Amino acid sequence: MTASSRWTHEQIAARIARDIPEGSYVNLGIGLPTLVANYLPADKEIFLHSENGMLGMGPAPQPGAEDPDLTDAGKQPVTLVRGGAFFHHADSFAMIRGRHIDICVLGAFQVSVAGDLANWHTGDPAAIPAVGGAMDLAVGAKQVFVMMEHVTRRGERRIVETCTYPLTGRRCVSRIYTDLAVLDVTPTGLAVRALVDGLSLEELARCTALEAYS
Amino acid sequence: MVSKVVESAAAAVAGIKDGATIMIGGFGLAGLPSALVGAVIDQGARDLTIVSNNAGNGDTGLAALLKTKRVRKIICSYPRQTDSYVFDALYRAGEIELEVVPQGNLVERIRAAGAGIGAFYTPTAVGTMLATGRESRTFGGREFILEYPIQADVALIKAYKGDRWGNLVYRKTARNFGPVMATAARCAVAQVEEIVELGTLDPESIVTPGIFVSRVVAA
Repeated sequence: MTASSRWTHEQIAARIARDIPEGSYVNLGIGLPTLVANYLPADKEIFLHSENGMLGMGPAPQPGAEDPDLTDAGKQPVTLVRGGAFFHHADSFAMIRGRHIDICVLGAFQVSVAGDLANWHTGDPAAIPAVGGAMDLAVGAKQVFVMMEHVTRRGERRIVETCTYPLTGRRCVSRIYTDLAVLDVTPTGLAVRALVDGLSLEELARCTALEAYS
Repeated sequence: MVSKVVESAAAAVAGIKDGATIMIGGFGLAGLPSALVGAVIDQGARDLTIVSNNAGNGDTGLAALLKTKRVRKIICSYPRQTDSYVFDALYRAGEIELEVVPQGNLVERIRAAGAGIGAFYTPTAVGTMLATGRESRTFGGREFILEYPIQADVALIKAYKGDRWGNLVYRKTARNFGPVMATAARCAVAQVEEIVELGTLDPESIVTPGIFVSRVVAA
Protein backbone atom coordinates (compact mmCIF):
# COMPACT_ATOMS: atom_id res chain seq x y z
CA MET A 1 0.00 0.00 0.00
CA THR A 2 1.51 3.32 -0.98
CA ALA A 3 1.16 6.60 0.83
CA SER A 4 -0.90 7.95 -2.03
CA SER A 5 -3.57 5.31 -1.50
CA ARG A 6 -4.90 6.92 1.67
CA TRP A 7 -7.31 9.73 2.19
CA THR A 8 -5.89 12.68 4.11
CA HIS A 9 -7.62 13.91 7.23
CA GLU A 10 -8.96 16.78 5.16
CA GLN A 11 -10.37 14.39 2.56
CA ILE A 12 -12.06 12.31 5.27
CA ALA A 13 -13.52 15.47 6.80
CA ALA A 14 -14.81 16.65 3.41
CA ARG A 15 -16.42 13.24 2.81
CA ILE A 16 -18.20 13.37 6.19
CA ALA A 17 -19.32 16.95 5.54
CA ARG A 18 -20.83 15.88 2.20
CA ASP A 19 -22.86 13.17 3.97
CA ILE A 20 -24.50 15.57 6.45
CA PRO A 21 -27.94 16.70 5.20
CA GLU A 22 -29.10 20.29 5.44
CA GLY A 23 -31.01 21.02 8.63
CA SER A 24 -29.08 18.48 10.71
CA TYR A 25 -28.15 19.20 14.32
CA VAL A 26 -24.54 18.04 14.56
CA ASN A 27 -22.00 17.70 17.34
CA LEU A 28 -18.35 17.45 16.33
CA GLY A 29 -16.10 15.81 18.92
CA ILE A 30 -12.75 17.15 20.01
CA GLY A 31 -9.76 16.25 17.83
CA LEU A 32 -10.03 15.08 14.22
CA PRO A 33 -13.82 15.63 13.94
CA THR A 34 -13.44 19.40 14.39
CA LEU A 35 -11.95 19.42 10.85
CA VAL A 36 -15.40 18.58 9.46
CA ALA A 37 -16.58 22.12 10.22
CA ASN A 38 -14.15 23.46 7.61
CA TYR A 39 -15.89 21.49 4.86
CA LEU A 40 -19.57 22.13 5.56
CA PRO A 41 -20.88 23.73 2.37
CA ALA A 42 -21.80 27.40 2.75
CA ASP A 43 -25.06 26.91 0.86
CA LYS A 44 -26.39 24.33 3.36
CA GLU A 45 -27.68 25.36 6.79
CA ILE A 46 -26.33 22.87 9.34
CA PHE A 47 -26.56 23.54 13.08
CA LEU A 48 -23.40 22.86 15.05
CA HIS A 49 -24.00 21.99 18.70
CA SER A 50 -21.27 22.49 21.28
CA GLU A 51 -21.98 20.67 24.54
CA ASN A 52 -20.78 23.50 26.75
CA GLY A 53 -23.97 25.30 25.72
CA MET A 54 -24.38 26.58 22.17
CA LEU A 55 -26.24 25.85 18.94
CA GLY A 56 -25.04 27.61 15.82
CA MET A 57 -21.34 27.46 16.56
CA GLY A 58 -19.32 29.39 13.99
CA PRO A 59 -15.65 29.37 13.00
CA ALA A 60 -12.73 30.64 15.07
CA PRO A 61 -12.70 34.44 15.48
CA GLN A 62 -10.25 36.77 13.80
CA PRO A 63 -7.06 37.25 15.85
CA GLY A 64 -7.76 39.86 18.49
CA ALA A 65 -11.52 39.21 18.47
CA GLU A 66 -11.41 36.22 20.87
CA ASP A 67 -13.95 36.32 23.72
CA PRO A 68 -13.09 34.25 26.83
CA ASP A 69 -16.85 33.78 27.42
CA LEU A 70 -17.34 32.20 23.97
CA THR A 71 -15.53 28.90 23.65
CA ASP A 72 -16.14 25.45 22.20
CA ALA A 73 -16.07 22.07 23.95
CA GLY A 74 -12.29 22.04 23.57
CA LYS A 75 -12.20 25.43 25.35
CA GLN A 76 -10.94 27.18 22.20
CA PRO A 77 -12.36 30.57 21.16
CA VAL A 78 -15.17 30.35 18.60
CA THR A 79 -17.98 32.53 17.22
CA LEU A 80 -21.75 32.24 17.12
CA VAL A 81 -23.58 32.37 13.78
CA ARG A 82 -26.59 34.63 13.24
CA GLY A 83 -29.59 32.86 14.77
CA GLY A 84 -27.43 30.90 17.21
CA ALA A 85 -28.43 30.30 20.83
CA PHE A 86 -26.85 29.83 24.24
CA PHE A 87 -28.23 27.57 27.00
CA HIS A 88 -27.10 25.91 30.20
CA HIS A 89 -25.49 22.53 30.56
CA ALA A 90 -28.61 20.58 31.58
CA ASP A 91 -30.41 21.76 28.45
CA SER A 92 -27.34 21.01 26.38
CA PHE A 93 -27.19 17.42 27.60
CA ALA A 94 -30.96 17.06 27.25
CA MET A 95 -30.35 17.77 23.56
CA ILE A 96 -27.78 14.99 23.53
CA ARG A 97 -29.39 12.35 25.75
CA GLY A 98 -32.92 13.17 24.63
CA ARG A 99 -31.97 12.13 21.08
CA HIS A 100 -32.29 15.57 19.54
CA ILE A 101 -28.80 15.58 18.00
CA ASP A 102 -28.96 14.01 14.54
CA ILE A 103 -25.29 13.24 14.01
CA CYS A 104 -22.29 13.18 16.30
CA VAL A 105 -18.81 12.73 14.83
CA LEU A 106 -16.34 11.26 17.31
CA GLY A 107 -12.72 10.17 17.25
CA ALA A 108 -11.93 6.65 18.45
CA PHE A 109 -9.19 4.32 19.61
CA GLN A 110 -11.21 1.26 18.60
CA VAL A 111 -14.58 0.34 17.13
CA SER A 112 -15.94 -3.19 17.18
CA VAL A 113 -17.82 -4.82 14.31
CA ALA A 114 -20.95 -4.56 16.47
CA GLY A 115 -20.48 -0.81 16.78
CA ASP A 116 -19.02 -0.71 20.30
CA LEU A 117 -16.95 2.44 20.77
CA ALA A 118 -13.74 2.91 22.78
CA ASN A 119 -12.51 6.47 22.73
CA TRP A 120 -12.03 7.78 26.26
CA HIS A 121 -9.40 5.69 28.01
CA THR A 122 -6.46 3.57 26.88
CA GLY A 123 -6.84 1.26 29.84
CA ASP A 124 -3.41 2.31 31.15
CA PRO A 125 -3.86 2.09 34.94
CA ALA A 126 -1.50 5.04 35.41
CA ALA A 127 -3.58 7.32 33.21
CA ILE A 128 -5.82 9.91 34.86
CA PRO A 129 -9.37 9.07 33.75
CA ALA A 130 -11.28 11.89 32.01
CA VAL A 131 -14.48 11.24 30.11
CA GLY A 132 -16.20 14.58 29.44
CA GLY A 133 -19.32 14.22 27.29
CA ALA A 134 -18.14 11.23 25.23
CA MET A 135 -20.41 8.64 26.89
CA ASP A 136 -23.45 10.91 26.61
CA LEU A 137 -22.80 11.59 22.93
CA ALA A 138 -22.24 7.89 22.23
CA VAL A 139 -25.63 6.83 23.57
CA GLY A 140 -27.59 9.98 22.82
CA ALA A 141 -26.96 11.02 19.23
CA LYS A 142 -29.29 9.50 16.63
CA GLN A 143 -26.27 8.57 14.52
CA VAL A 144 -22.66 8.31 15.68
CA PHE A 145 -20.03 8.65 12.97
CA VAL A 146 -16.47 7.72 13.89
CA MET A 147 -13.57 9.50 12.19
CA MET A 148 -10.19 7.87 12.72
CA GLU A 149 -7.06 6.37 11.18
CA HIS A 150 -7.78 2.85 10.00
CA VAL A 151 -4.85 1.33 11.93
CA THR A 152 -2.59 2.53 14.74
CA ARG A 153 0.88 3.93 14.10
CA ARG A 154 2.21 0.47 14.84
CA GLY A 155 -0.12 -1.02 12.26
CA GLU A 156 -2.56 -2.59 14.72
CA ARG A 157 -6.22 -2.83 13.80
CA ARG A 158 -8.58 -0.28 15.25
CA ILE A 159 -11.65 -1.95 13.76
CA VAL A 160 -11.76 -5.08 15.88
CA GLU A 161 -13.95 -8.01 16.77
CA THR A 162 -14.05 -6.94 20.42
CA CYS A 163 -12.67 -3.72 21.86
CA THR A 164 -9.73 -4.27 24.20
CA TYR A 165 -9.79 -0.66 25.40
CA PRO A 166 -12.42 0.39 27.96
CA LEU A 167 -15.76 1.07 26.29
CA THR A 168 -17.37 4.47 25.86
CA GLY A 169 -20.65 2.97 24.67
CA ARG A 170 -22.10 -0.31 23.45
CA ARG A 171 -23.43 -0.78 19.90
CA CYS A 172 -23.61 2.95 19.32
CA VAL A 173 -21.56 3.57 16.16
CA SER A 174 -23.46 3.82 12.87
CA ARG A 175 -20.65 4.52 10.42
CA ILE A 176 -16.84 4.58 10.38
CA TYR A 177 -14.80 6.96 8.22
CA THR A 178 -11.09 6.18 7.98
CA ASP A 179 -8.20 7.00 5.68
CA LEU A 180 -8.91 3.76 3.80
CA ALA A 181 -12.67 3.22 3.76
CA VAL A 182 -16.15 4.16 4.79
CA LEU A 183 -17.94 1.35 6.60
CA ASP A 184 -21.51 1.06 7.84
CA VAL A 185 -22.24 -0.90 10.99
CA THR A 186 -25.07 -3.30 10.15
CA PRO A 187 -26.70 -6.17 12.05
CA THR A 188 -24.71 -8.63 9.92
CA GLY A 189 -21.32 -6.94 10.25
CA LEU A 190 -19.62 -4.07 8.52
CA ALA A 191 -20.68 -3.02 5.04
CA VAL A 192 -18.16 -1.26 2.83
CA ARG A 193 -19.61 1.95 1.39
CA ALA A 194 -16.43 3.37 -0.10
CA LEU A 195 -12.82 2.31 -0.53
CA VAL A 196 -9.79 4.43 -1.25
CA ASP A 197 -8.65 4.14 -4.90
CA GLY A 198 -6.50 1.09 -5.57
CA LEU A 199 -7.33 -0.76 -2.35
CA SER A 200 -8.91 -4.19 -2.74
CA LEU A 201 -11.39 -5.72 -0.33
CA GLU A 202 -8.79 -8.38 0.47
CA GLU A 203 -6.27 -5.70 1.41
CA LEU A 204 -8.90 -3.98 3.56
CA ALA A 205 -9.68 -7.26 5.29
CA ARG A 206 -6.03 -7.64 6.29
CA CYS A 207 -6.28 -4.55 8.50
CA THR A 208 -9.92 -4.83 9.57
CA ALA A 209 -11.85 -7.34 11.65
CA LEU A 210 -12.94 -10.18 9.38
CA GLU A 211 -16.63 -9.42 9.47
CA ALA A 212 -15.81 -6.24 7.59
CA TYR A 213 -16.93 -7.56 4.25
CA SER A 214 -19.38 -10.23 5.31
CA MET B 1 -36.11 45.54 51.91
CA VAL B 2 -34.39 42.40 50.69
CA SER B 3 -30.84 42.68 49.45
CA LYS B 4 -28.67 39.67 48.72
CA VAL B 5 -25.83 41.91 47.59
CA VAL B 6 -22.72 41.61 49.72
CA GLU B 7 -19.78 43.98 49.67
CA SER B 8 -16.86 41.65 49.11
CA ALA B 9 -15.93 38.21 47.88
CA ALA B 10 -14.81 37.44 51.44
CA ALA B 11 -18.31 38.24 52.75
CA ALA B 12 -19.79 36.18 49.92
CA VAL B 13 -18.02 32.98 51.04
CA ALA B 14 -18.23 33.60 54.79
CA GLY B 15 -19.39 30.65 56.86
CA ILE B 16 -18.15 27.78 54.68
CA LYS B 17 -17.41 24.97 57.11
CA ASP B 18 -14.70 22.33 57.10
CA GLY B 19 -15.94 19.25 55.26
CA ALA B 20 -18.29 21.26 53.03
CA THR B 21 -19.27 20.26 49.50
CA ILE B 22 -18.75 23.19 47.14
CA MET B 23 -19.92 23.36 43.53
CA ILE B 24 -17.83 25.60 41.32
CA GLY B 25 -19.28 26.70 37.98
CA GLY B 26 -17.34 27.03 34.78
CA PHE B 27 -16.20 25.03 31.81
CA GLY B 28 -12.46 25.56 31.78
CA LEU B 29 -12.12 29.27 32.51
CA ALA B 30 -15.42 30.37 30.94
CA GLY B 31 -17.85 30.91 33.81
CA LEU B 32 -15.30 30.15 36.53
CA PRO B 33 -15.98 32.49 39.51
CA SER B 34 -12.31 33.15 40.16
CA ALA B 35 -12.82 35.92 42.75
CA LEU B 36 -14.99 33.59 44.86
CA VAL B 37 -12.53 30.73 44.55
CA GLY B 38 -9.78 33.11 45.66
CA ALA B 39 -11.90 34.10 48.64
CA VAL B 40 -12.35 30.43 49.61
CA ILE B 41 -8.56 30.07 49.59
CA ASP B 42 -8.30 33.03 52.01
CA GLN B 43 -11.26 31.82 54.08
CA GLY B 44 -9.45 28.64 55.05
CA ALA B 45 -12.11 25.90 55.12
CA ARG B 46 -10.55 22.46 54.67
CA ASP B 47 -11.45 18.85 53.97
CA LEU B 48 -13.59 20.10 51.09
CA THR B 49 -15.36 18.18 48.34
CA ILE B 50 -15.39 20.12 45.09
CA VAL B 51 -17.89 19.52 42.27
CA SER B 52 -16.77 21.11 39.01
CA ASN B 53 -16.48 20.05 35.38
CA ASN B 54 -12.69 20.33 35.34
CA ALA B 55 -9.93 20.16 37.93
CA GLY B 56 -8.23 23.48 37.42
CA ASN B 57 -6.03 25.13 34.83
CA GLY B 58 -2.55 26.50 35.38
CA ASP B 59 -1.80 27.86 38.85
CA THR B 60 -4.82 30.09 39.40
CA GLY B 61 -8.50 29.67 40.28
CA LEU B 62 -9.49 26.09 41.11
CA ALA B 63 -5.89 24.91 40.64
CA ALA B 64 -4.74 27.36 43.33
CA LEU B 65 -7.40 26.02 45.70
CA LEU B 66 -6.28 22.44 45.06
CA LYS B 67 -2.70 23.52 45.74
CA THR B 68 -3.63 24.41 49.33
CA LYS B 69 -4.30 20.65 49.84
CA ARG B 70 -7.57 21.52 51.54
CA VAL B 71 -9.62 19.62 48.97
CA ARG B 72 -10.21 16.00 49.95
CA LYS B 73 -12.18 14.95 46.90
CA ILE B 74 -13.16 16.27 43.50
CA ILE B 75 -16.17 15.15 41.46
CA CYS B 76 -15.74 16.10 37.81
CA SER B 77 -16.03 14.90 34.23
CA TYR B 78 -12.74 15.97 32.74
CA PRO B 79 -9.85 16.51 35.17
CA ARG B 80 -7.02 15.87 32.74
CA GLN B 81 -6.13 18.86 30.57
CA THR B 82 -2.91 20.16 29.09
CA ASP B 83 -2.48 22.57 32.01
CA SER B 84 -3.99 20.56 34.89
CA TYR B 85 -0.55 19.86 36.38
CA VAL B 86 -1.56 20.86 39.92
CA PHE B 87 -4.37 18.30 40.01
CA ASP B 88 -2.27 15.70 38.16
CA ALA B 89 0.50 15.87 40.78
CA LEU B 90 -1.93 15.63 43.72
CA TYR B 91 -3.72 12.69 42.10
CA ARG B 92 -0.52 10.79 41.39
CA ALA B 93 0.66 11.42 44.95
CA GLY B 94 -2.62 10.01 46.27
CA GLU B 95 -3.45 13.32 47.92
CA ILE B 96 -6.86 13.82 46.32
CA GLU B 97 -9.76 11.50 45.68
CA LEU B 98 -11.28 11.62 42.19
CA GLU B 99 -14.80 10.65 41.11
CA VAL B 100 -15.08 10.82 37.33
CA VAL B 101 -18.65 11.27 36.13
CA PRO B 102 -19.77 11.52 32.50
CA GLN B 103 -20.58 15.17 31.84
CA GLY B 104 -24.28 14.62 31.16
CA ASN B 105 -24.65 12.46 34.27
CA LEU B 106 -22.78 15.10 36.28
CA VAL B 107 -25.09 17.93 35.29
CA GLU B 108 -28.19 15.75 35.60
CA ARG B 109 -27.16 14.65 39.12
CA ILE B 110 -26.83 18.33 40.01
CA ARG B 111 -30.15 19.16 38.32
CA ALA B 112 -31.85 16.28 40.18
CA ALA B 113 -30.66 17.61 43.53
CA GLY B 114 -32.00 21.04 42.68
CA ALA B 115 -35.34 19.66 41.54
CA GLY B 116 -35.89 17.33 44.49
CA ILE B 117 -35.50 14.12 42.48
CA GLY B 118 -34.42 11.13 44.56
CA ALA B 119 -32.52 9.29 41.84
CA PHE B 120 -32.83 8.71 38.11
CA TYR B 121 -32.09 6.15 35.42
CA THR B 122 -29.72 7.20 32.64
CA PRO B 123 -28.49 5.43 29.50
CA THR B 124 -25.08 7.09 29.73
CA ALA B 125 -22.18 4.82 30.75
CA VAL B 126 -24.16 1.58 30.44
CA GLY B 127 -21.70 -1.23 29.69
CA THR B 128 -18.66 0.82 30.67
CA MET B 129 -16.38 0.78 33.70
CA LEU B 130 -18.08 3.94 34.97
CA ALA B 131 -21.25 1.88 35.49
CA THR B 132 -19.49 -0.45 37.93
CA GLY B 133 -21.63 -1.12 40.99
CA ARG B 134 -24.65 0.76 39.61
CA GLU B 135 -28.11 -0.74 39.72
CA SER B 136 -29.46 -1.28 36.22
CA ARG B 137 -32.93 -1.66 34.79
CA THR B 138 -34.43 -2.11 31.36
CA PHE B 139 -37.12 0.21 30.08
CA GLY B 140 -38.55 -0.22 26.60
CA GLY B 141 -35.88 -2.76 25.74
CA ARG B 142 -33.04 -0.42 26.62
CA GLU B 143 -30.71 -0.68 29.61
CA PHE B 144 -30.31 2.22 32.05
CA ILE B 145 -28.28 2.71 35.24
CA LEU B 146 -29.33 4.38 38.46
CA GLU B 147 -27.60 7.61 39.44
CA TYR B 148 -28.08 9.72 42.55
CA PRO B 149 -28.28 13.48 43.01
CA ILE B 150 -25.34 15.62 44.05
CA GLN B 151 -26.32 18.22 46.63
CA ALA B 152 -23.92 20.93 47.77
CA ASP B 153 -23.60 23.16 50.78
CA VAL B 154 -22.42 26.02 48.62
CA ALA B 155 -22.42 26.77 44.88
CA LEU B 156 -20.03 29.38 43.57
CA ILE B 157 -21.07 30.60 40.14
CA LYS B 158 -20.31 33.44 37.76
CA ALA B 159 -23.02 35.45 36.01
CA TYR B 160 -23.01 38.59 33.90
CA LYS B 161 -25.53 40.82 35.68
CA GLY B 162 -27.49 40.43 38.87
CA ASP B 163 -29.87 42.46 41.01
CA ARG B 164 -30.46 42.67 44.75
CA TRP B 165 -33.09 39.93 44.64
CA GLY B 166 -30.54 37.57 43.12
CA ASN B 167 -31.98 37.46 39.61
CA LEU B 168 -29.21 36.62 37.16
CA VAL B 169 -28.38 36.73 33.47
CA TYR B 170 -25.30 35.17 31.97
CA ARG B 171 -22.94 35.87 29.10
CA LYS B 172 -22.50 33.50 26.12
CA THR B 173 -21.06 30.05 26.90
CA ALA B 174 -19.97 31.22 30.37
CA ARG B 175 -23.53 30.25 31.40
CA ASN B 176 -22.69 26.50 31.35
CA PHE B 177 -23.13 24.97 34.85
CA GLY B 178 -24.16 28.19 36.65
CA PRO B 179 -27.96 28.03 36.42
CA VAL B 180 -28.03 24.33 37.33
CA MET B 181 -25.60 24.53 40.25
CA ALA B 182 -27.50 27.51 41.67
CA THR B 183 -30.50 25.22 42.23
CA ALA B 184 -28.57 22.43 43.95
CA ALA B 185 -26.85 24.20 46.84
CA ARG B 186 -28.17 25.35 50.20
CA CYS B 187 -26.32 28.61 49.58
CA ALA B 188 -25.68 29.76 46.00
CA VAL B 189 -23.27 32.64 45.63
CA ALA B 190 -23.08 34.56 42.35
CA GLN B 191 -20.09 36.61 41.26
CA VAL B 192 -21.39 39.12 38.70
CA GLU B 193 -19.73 41.65 36.47
CA GLU B 194 -22.35 44.24 37.28
CA ILE B 195 -25.09 44.72 39.86
CA VAL B 196 -28.08 46.45 38.29
CA GLU B 197 -31.13 48.19 39.74
CA LEU B 198 -34.12 45.98 40.48
CA GLY B 199 -36.41 46.01 37.45
CA THR B 200 -33.75 46.59 34.81
CA LEU B 201 -33.29 42.90 33.94
CA ASP B 202 -35.92 41.88 31.37
CA PRO B 203 -38.21 39.41 33.21
CA GLU B 204 -38.53 37.41 29.98
CA SER B 205 -34.75 37.00 29.86
CA ILE B 206 -33.85 36.25 33.48
CA VAL B 207 -32.12 32.86 33.43
CA THR B 208 -31.76 32.26 37.17
CA PRO B 209 -34.63 33.64 39.25
CA GLY B 210 -33.52 35.00 42.61
CA ILE B 211 -35.14 32.20 44.63
CA PHE B 212 -32.11 30.04 43.86
CA VAL B 213 -29.54 32.64 44.90
CA SER B 214 -28.46 33.62 48.42
CA ARG B 215 -25.65 36.09 47.82
CA VAL B 216 -24.54 38.33 44.97
CA VAL B 217 -21.22 40.12 44.74
CA ALA B 218 -19.69 42.31 42.05
CA ALA B 219 -16.15 41.22 41.24
